[in-house]
Amino acid sequence: MKRLILIGAAIAALLTAPASAEPATKILNASYDVARELFTQVNAAYVAQHPGVTIDQSHAGTSKQARAIVEGLEADVVTFNQVTDIAFLAKNGFVSEDWQNDFPNKSSPFHSLPSFLVRAGNPKNVKDWDDLVRDDVKVIFPNPKTSGNARYTYLAATAFAQEKFGGDADKVKAFIGKLFDNVPVFDTGGRAATTTFVEREIGDVLITFESETTGIRKEFGEDKFQSVTPSVSLLAEFPVAIVDKVADARDSRELAKAYLEFLYTPEGQTILAENGNRVNDKAVAEAFKDKFPAVRLVTVEDVFGGWDKIQAEHFASGGLLDQLYGER
Amino acid sequence: MSTPPSRRKPPRVGDGPLIRRSLIGFVLVVGALLVLSPLLVIFVQAFSAGTAAFKAVILHPDTLHAIGLTVATALIAVPVNTAFGIAAAWAITKFDFPGRRLLLVVIEIPFSISPIVAGVAYLFVYGLQGLFGPALQAADVKILFALPGIVLASMFVTAPFVARELIPLMQAQGRDLEEAATSLGASGWRTFFSVTLPNIRWALLYGVVLCNARVMGEFGAVSVVSGNIRGQTNTLPLHVELLYHDYQTAGAFAAASTLTLLAIVTIIAKVLLERQGAGRSGRPALAAPAPAQGSKP
Repeated sequence: MKRLILIGAAIAALLTAPASAEPATKILNASYDVARELFTQVNAAYVAQHPGVTIDQSHAGTSKQARAIVEGLEADVVTFNQVTDIAFLAKNGFVSEDWQNDFPNKSSPFHSLPSFLVRAGNPKNVKDWDDLVRDDVKVIFPNPKTSGNARYTYLAATAFAQEKFGGDADKVKAFIGKLFDNVPVFDTGGRAATTTFVEREIGDVLITFESETTGIRKEFGEDKFQSVTPSVSLLAEFPVAIVDKVADARDSRELAKAYLEFLYTPEGQTILAENGNRVNDKAVAEAFKDKFPAVRLVTVEDVFGGWDKIQAEHFASGGLLDQLYGER
Repeated sequence: MSTPPSRRKPPRVGDGPLIRRSLIGFVLVVGALLVLSPLLVIFVQAFSAGTAAFKAVILHPDTLHAIGLTVATALIAVPVNTAFGIAAAWAITKFDFPGRRLLLVVIEIPFSISPIVAGVAYLFVYGLQGLFGPALQAADVKILFALPGIVLASMFVTAPFVARELIPLMQAQGRDLEEAATSLGASGWRTFFSVTLPNIRWALLYGVVLCNARVMGEFGAVSVVSGNIRGQTNTLPLHVELLYHDYQTAGAFAAASTLTLLAIVTIIAKVLLERQGAGRSGRPALAAPAPAQGSKP
């Protein structure tokens, strides 16, 4: 019996041993599904500056990531493409309530916007959101019910229509309804919509994040497609946060903070911009200005009054999106 | 006069030259379209960016780790499920006990449940918000988002494979031989290794091969519990998806071709083993499961 207790104690000691007093030199960054290439470059640059540090990466849809973290995935930091998924973490006590004040630009080191990709030469002469409701234009974007990417598209188009019709709700609804009518197939995710547009060659315009269009052109041919930036679009934030619960348990806060701050440095911002993301650093933005045509960006807060309101009015079951989508 | 002693075989369904040819042709065409052409595409696409690019993807540490993790998972999950499958088939076919039918149903559940459901169920059992999650965390034991979770999910999905291959065969073979062996004084283990195992080995082999192929290829359940950490918990199927989503089509196909190769190697190993054994003990059981009760090997 005594021996059993001793063995048990030894095993327990072994299992709990790693919780030492040394600050962590290794963190896990849980990120969105199409950020592999981007964070491979970011992490390599960060580690080059800070030898001895390891940054692990996990990639999946950010709703799935948030769920996994709540269920025990030990990510020290999150770099997401949806504000609502960090809000979910905050609601569950994994991230501080005022996480958006922890880092500059509401904790969003880079941003993007729903933008257009058209076939080479822009045969249908698509310039702005107006053109998407023309009878001769077929538009491709995924199903807003299942894709965060498409929700941004839906919101950006709505923001455009609200400005154009001076807030006339019926006209806005008709505009969005016409836009939906011009979509021949709604895929479930952004990648599937890309396949529909690029490989099945369906549609005249693909709407997706501007940051994605860079990758698509690189993969499928720079000469086959060209980007078109609309006159106005919706600011899509790529928020970051420290996962307090994990960082405290693993004593990794210092490293986590330094890593996320690196994204705001000129070196970090340059890597982000090279991968098709718009950044706020003045000098870097100036250096890449040819790559990012001028566009007026409106925010979710200004146009729609925040994500909670959007959720209730547009995306809740029976909301505006359901009404429009159901009419099809 | 009695019926002429014709050499003609009794007419069977589908035994005309036309039907025969069209049937064979149909199967070949569908097989080529459904199975062969996608397989070919995988390899063509994998090399579409050149051999150097293919090599770079395969030799990338993340890919190598994914291959290692997938093989490690199979090395744990397949033996455990094989032991479980044999034990379950033995219990169901050689013993009478209350709940036998229920056990049969329970074994088959993973067949009919979608793997994603299995993954989510594991979340609810071992997750931090789940049944055992908080206790496990307090003891600093990691199940989810680590190797144990991946192995458990893979084992759940493939639990029926071996048992399902064995049960019909062992049922058909009956208990006579085992009873004879026991009455002659053989111990339980002796009976198993000298009587039962030789009788079931082809079905067992087939079950193990299927189980292995599925463990290596499992996506849905593993995707939920893996945490998708590159170079740590990304199995080969998950790695394929990651590369594909990242607009690395050639890379995704290169990783996919590795997965396909692993599967092909398994099947070739099975064929070779069969051939070796077929010379000695007649045709393999899986080609035509022994129909007669208590038939000798």
